[in-house]
Parts: sequence; C-alpha cells; structure tokens
Amino acid sequence: MTGDTTDTTDTTTEPAGSPEKLAHVLEGIGYLADEGVATAAYLAIRMRKPLFCEGEPGTGKTSLAVALADGLGLPLIRLQCHEGIDAAQALYEWDFPRQLLHLRALEAAEGGHLDVDTAEQSLYTERFLLARPLLRALTSAPCVLLVDEIDRADDEFEAFLLELLSENAVSIPEYGEVRAEVPPLVILTSNRTREVHDALKRRCLYHWLEHPSVEREIAILRSRLPGIGERLAGQVAEAVHRLRGMELLKPPGVAEALDWARALAALDRAELDAAAAAATLGAVLKYSEDLDRVRARLDTLLG
Amino acid sequence: MTPSATTDPLPGLVGFATALREAGLACDAHRVQAYLAAVERLDVADPAQLYWAGRLTLCADPDDLPRYDQAFAAWFDADPPRRSRSTAQRPQPPKLAALVAQHEGEGAADSDGEQLSVAASDTEVLRDRDLGELSPAERRHLRELFERLRPRLSTRSSLRYRQARRGRLDPGRTLRAMLARGGEPGRLAYSRHGPRTRRLVLLVDVSGSMNPYADSLLRFAHVVTRAAPASVETFTLGTRLTRVSRQLRQRDPERAMLAAGHAVPDFAGGTRLGENLRAFLDRWGQRGMARRAVVVVFSDGWERGDASLLGEQAARLRRLAHRVLWVNPHAGRAGYAPVQSGIAAALPHLDRLLAGHSLATLERLLVEIRDA
Repeated sequence: MTGDTTDTTDTTTEPAGSPEKLAHVLEGIGYLADEGVATAAYLAIRMRKPLFCEGEPGTGKTSLAVALADGLGLPLIRLQCHEGIDAAQALYEWDFPRQLLHLRALEAAEGGHLDVDTAEQSLYTERFLLARPLLRALTSAPCVLLVDEIDRADDEFEAFLLELLSENAVSIPEYGEVRAEVPPLVILTSNRTREVHDALKRRCLYHWLEHPSVEREIAILRSRLPGIGERLAGQVAEAVHRLRGMELLKPPGVAEALDWARALAALDRAELDAAAAAATLGAVLKYSEDLDRVRARLDTLLG
Repeated sequence: MTPSATTDPLPGLVGFATALREAGLACDAHRVQAYLAAVERLDVADPAQLYWAGRLTLCADPDDLPRYDQAFAAWFDADPPRRSRSTAQRPQPPKLAALVAQHEGEGAADSDGEQLSVAASDTEVLRDRDLGELSPAERRHLRELFERLRPRLSTRSSLRYRQARRGRLDPGRTLRAMLARGGEPGRLAYSRHGPRTRRLVLLVDVSGSMNPYADSLLRFAHVVTRAAPASVETFTLGTRLTRVSRQLRQRDPERAMLAAGHAVPDFAGGTRLGENLRAFLDRWGQRGMARRAVVVVFSDGWERGDASLLGEQAARLRRLAHRVLWVNPHAGRAGYAPVQSGIAAALPHLDRLLAGHSLATLERLLVEIRDA
C-alpha cells in the first residue's frame, strides 16, 4: 500500500490555504466552485491524490481542471482519451526518422568507422524523445494534468495509468527513469460510459458533480457573459432548470445554458419569451425528440 | 453516537467507515486511510467539511451517495449539507429510486433453491425440453449442460493497429528494424486494425410471468459472462432495473447466482418494461454501453398498461445498438403470435425475434450472437 499521507507545503499549495480560499481564487478567474468542488480540489492539492470527477455531461468537470491550472498559475497538460490510445500516444515515442538521419550523418562523418557504443548512446537522448502528455506532465511538474474522459480508453490503458499515477515516475528502457519532483495535480474525468476499474478509483478522491442550483447558474451566466442582463440570466437559468426536470434524452448542461444565453444575446433579446425560446431552442436541445417534447410544452417551460 | 470533541476522534471515524461498509459501500483500508488523511487536513468541527471529507474519499459511485448521506446523518447526528438538493438534482438515480419506492415489498427474493436429487435424464431429450417445466433433477442436469456451452461473441474492428502482413505501412516498426541493422533498409512492416470483441448486453425480465425461466436465463447469462467477462453486461428487468454484471462475473456459478439473487430485489414481481428500458438507456445505454453493442432482451413482452413507452424506447435502443435481439420463451410454441401489447409495440424495432424456451433454442441464440 502506497498511501501518500505526507503533508508538505510547496508552491502548488500556496493559494489554497483552505477550501474557501481556493473557491475564492477560482471565482477570480470565472469558475464558480461550490463547497463540494472546492473541498475536492483542496484535498487533491493537499493530499496529492488524483481527483476523479464524474457527473452528467456539462457539469464543469473539464473546466475545473482548466480553472485550477489558471488559478494556481500552473501549466495545463491535457490528455484526451479515446479507444485504442496507447503508450506511444500518451507517454512517449522515439523519433525514428530523426534517429536514422542522425545515424547516417554520424556514419558519413566518421568515414564508415562508427563506434557502436557511442553512436547508440547518442541516439537515445532527450533530443530524439518525443514527449507525449503524460511524460510532459512528469517533466514539467508542478502542473495540472487533465486526463479527460478516461472511460473512453481501454481498460489496459487504465492499468498503465494506474502505475504511472502511483509512482509519479516512468522508466524508459533505453533512457532511464523519469520522475516528477513534485507530483502533478491530476484531474481525471469520466462520463460513465463504462465502469472504471476500482483499483484506479481507489487511488483517487471521488467527486460526483451535479448541475448547479438556479442561483449558482445565474451567477455563472453573469460572470461568463458580462453583457447579459440580470433578467435574461434569471430566465435562462430557470428555464434550463425546468428542462432538466423534464425527463429529456439529454438534459442540458451549463455549457448549453451558456450557449443559449449567447444565442439570445446575439439576437438582441433582453428577455426570454415564447417566440425567442422557440427560435433558439436548438442551442440547448440536441435531439429532435427532446425538441418536440419541449415545443409542445413551451408555456410551462417559461413559467 | 456522536464522538465528543475532547476525546480521540479516531475510533469514531473508523467506526463510521465500518458502518458504511455494512451499508454496502466498498470502503477498504486504503480508502479509510485516505479518509483519515482528509479529515486531518480539514476543519472537522464544521459538519459540512466533515461530510465532504468522507464523501470524497469513501464513495466511488453515484449509487454510493444516498447511502453515504443516510449513514452520515445517522452516525454524526447531523444533516448532510445540501442533501435535499443533491438528491433532487441527480437526474438518473432518482428515476430508479422512484420505481423502487412505488413497488416496495412487491415480490420477495426467491432464495430457496431446489435441494432434491434425482437421477439424471437423457441429455438429448433435455435439450429440447421447456425450461419452465423441468423437474428439480432435470434442472440440475441442465446446469451441467450449461457449463458445456462455449459462447463466442462477435467482433468488430478495433481502432488499435496490430502487426499484419498487409495493410497500412507501419513507419515506426520499419524504422526500428532498420535501426537494428544500422540503417540498412529491409523488409517493410505493415499494420492493420485488429479485431475487438463486440459488447453484449443482456436484459433479463425477472417478473412474475417469466419466473419459470428466470433462473435458467440468469445461468445462461453467467455462462456467457464467463466467456468474456469484460464484454458482457447483464441487467434484470422487473419493477426496477438492476445491474448484475458484477455478480455474474464470479467464476463459481452457484456463488454468482446467489450474489445475483441477493442483488435483485424484485424477483417475480411486476414488470415495467418501458420504464426499465428507459432507465437502462438513460443511465447506461446512451452513454456508451448500448452503442455498437449486441443487445438481447429476454422477455415475454407482457407490459402492464400502455405499451407506447416501450415502443418509443425500443426505437431508441435500435438507433443506438448494432443489433437488437428479442428472446421470448413463448415464441417457440406452436400457434404463437406476437400480439401481447409489449412485444407488439417493440416488434417493428427488433432485428430478430427468437425462441428461448429450451437449451437447443439458447444454443441457436449463441449462434445469432456470434454472427451478429
């Protein structure tokens, strides 16, 4: 068991003296974190544990990582997972064409008398190492590493990631070990298309993100879209909140609420009436069944 | 039960973790260790921070959250912060919870298995016998026959490339081989997309009308699950939707069946096929489980009340899945016509309607699954 319980202070923990302070920092850059998110991020920083975020699409899992990087002044390194992702795409790869060119150049320079050992040593150096996101996260730590949509990767990749996260190091056979001096702050997100293995979850703090409350959503709309009127923000947030209770195929997330407000602002609407809603509903609902269902009950949507 | 502020909080915290374990959360030593570390770094005099310390470290699934909230309220004698809102705002689980609440106590778990031992009957005859009309001894023999099934799932093309004799040129491997020869060009290496097992989703109706078949069908699901544990998902449909994939992944059939029986609260209760199917699609199917998968529904299609929801959801399933097969135990009988409200509504959206009342028909189903 390698539970890391050492308490240390370093540059990454500086702006985060408590969950409230961290929430304040995040608010400063436009991410309104509720108590749960702030505590989760705070503990992830202090306990140096990866934070595993699950929740409905559009609840701000990915933007949390972006906001944390911004707020803590750290570089953000993002690894987007997909089916079939492997070590070469996630960790490192040798630049074979350049190695080959280098070898030929050496040969030409030495006039055919190549010292095999030195030639080989010169091949496996940092020059020819193509660092992919995970290796970059280890070498450029402290940083925020976002492993996005881990549920899309294969389970073999999960095991590989698990090893990397618990060691904060990776060994490259031809090159040696690369170890992060400060472990990166790791945020993993999942949309639950598949159950992620328990061994990986066990290493992480787990947070389930929910859609924000109406008041918080109004605040988010107003902070992200400064030009939007208070009345319109309130109406959009209320309507989106009602949409989430309508048993739709895809309940709208915060991103859709923002899109909707932007669409209304682009049409110079100061308030959300039936005509404006009908014209812009495509910004929030992306299934024709959902559109039909909502159009039929447009009056209840606007309250 | 509330630990006072002056005494050592450790026994209280560990006791809380034990209470959670009893409530069914998987909080092992590793998680408890993380919990204690989290508590150390937060202000536990504040009930909200105490709440979050445990929720972030001891929970691992949205299903854990209501149980955690409950245990937290009972143990620390404090209301979890934002509890009312958090349950109202989690869109998927409440639908399932609502289904349970309405039908609580309808049908108890059928745990007493048949203990009779009688001589085995003839295998060939047994293969065609109706699973619902077997004697306990025949049932036992059938279990052995189930063990001999060798299910194979269909495959699809994977995104990952594999070595191959023909296909796409693989520059990495070609150059690596050249490097090994000191830069001399040699044979070119190729790669192509490898095969990958296509996911199989089994939805087994365990309502009253399917009761004679439920045990055999779950055993069948176990055999298929064991053939490719990571690619098979099983759910039971009754008054509510229950996921039993994990339980069925255990090697031992009796243990797997016991665990599944334990997990399914509504054996031989009512059916709400439409609502169950919607719960499946909302929570699992649409997010990826049903996509490109072969989905097999085992049900007689008896739907209480209006079947239009079932038709709607079957159409939705058809759009997501690679193949939708419906296995009806009655479909193999002479004179069967798909006229029950449920099956009639779903029929236009199915790829195949198959019989599934005997071992022989289930073997035919395996062939369909393999070739899907």
